[in-house]
Amino acid sequence: MAGGVINRLRNGLWRDNPGLVQLLGLCPLLAVTATFVNGLGLGLATLAVLVASNALVSATRRWIQPEIRVPIYVLIIASLVTCIELIFKAWFPDLDRTLGIFVPLIVTNCAIVARAELYASRNPIGASILDGIAMGLGFAMLLMTIGAFREVIGQGTLFARMDMLIGGEPMRGLVLADQGWLLMVLPPGAFFSLALAIAAKNAIDRRRLESKAPIPRRARKLNR
Amino acid sequence: MTDRPVWKSGVTLAVIAAICTALVALTFQLTAQRITDNEKAFLERNLQPALAGLFFDSPVTESRLTIPQPHELPGTESAIVYRVYASEEPVAALFVVSARDGYAGPIRLLIGVAMDGSITGVRVLEHRETPGLGDRVETTKSDWILQFDGRSLRDPEPGNWKIRGDGGSFDQLTGASITPRAIVKAVKATLTYFAANRDALFTAPADPVDDDSGDED
Repeated sequence: MAGGVINRLRNGLWRDNPGLVQLLGLCPLLAVTATFVNGLGLGLATLAVLVASNALVSATRRWIQPEIRVPIYVLIIASLVTCIELIFKAWFPDLDRTLGIFVPLIVTNCAIVARAELYASRNPIGASILDGIAMGLGFAMLLMTIGAFREVIGQGTLFARMDMLIGGEPMRGLVLADQGWLLMVLPPGAFFSLALAIAAKNAIDRRRLESKAPIPRRARKLNR
Repeated sequence: MTDRPVWKSGVTLAVIAAICTALVALTFQLTAQRITDNEKAFLERNLQPALAGLFFDSPVTESRLTIPQPHELPGTESAIVYRVYASEEPVAALFVVSARDGYAGPIRLLIGVAMDGSITGVRVLEHRETPGLGDRVETTKSDWILQFDGRSLRDPEPGNWKIRGDGGSFDQLTGASITPRAIVKAVKATLTYFAANRDALFTAPADPVDDDSGDED
């Protein structure tokens, strides 16, 4: 069981990372990651929705006829996202104002519907929750990494405006430089950063493979 | 199994829809009060900086006046004015207007004007300007917007209410001139409006109080 847990976590965080490998949820990933705190905020929101939707889909899978499963997933995910949005407005109003439309748009994050369809609809509730945590963490980690990278290079700061999540006075964060390379904060910077992250992951994977004895691996199907 | 009657699917859908609706309704009930409080606190907190150095003793948000189109204030939607009083004497007006010609969409501005026509403060409430360039109009990013404090239509003369690049007397931002130009123009238009309508502004009745929260329950 413990091995299964570690395996699922490794799947979500690395091998099948929804952003890096499956390239799902690219719209929010590219749009909000201008700073670390934005990435963290949206990452946590997505994680919460993913865990809850996996749990609900798995819990109701026995009663859901295959022909109406998609509208039901949409219903469940849309309701959960509405709840998360209300919770954000109530407890993290500043962050909600910054993330703006991207909180409600979690509905359209295909990473969530993909996990409902591919995993939660055919696995017991415990495993589905674990899968939601693993995939959600993988997505959140990627959002935070890209957010931190773009913030440092584009704006010369790190962890600026963390007060939006933890409260208190506006924080400027670690100021590393007065000005940054603006391009990284703008949309092209998001594409560059994601490309670099994917390239880095592939390079690490290849190095790891070469250091071991080359064993024949079953080709894995990529879910798009 | 494959020939399941359609009505069964319908019932399943209806039941799940009802559960989901209940979930949203419950969350709404639990958060509604907090969200209303947050919005009010956000408004009060954001109105304060535009009234720097001014004594007043009235709750600002209660003296709201909506000026519907057409009006001579900047923006294509209704403008909002909060009247500020000290011992029931009017001391200032706070305008919420939109500069239409920002680089990326309208810029929502909060402009405080004292009775003598001088500015008590200008703040940007909402904008979509370029991060790192136009967004330096925010006070958390730079002090640019503080240069309006204390200015009026006599200081500088109306003809000089432009950015330096256009021959006026207001600083611009390196790499961004469209955003400052739009804001200077909107502030000037607001001051002009205030000068022409000052007395009428303070005699108009406030919006009904339940205007904001009327659609609850």
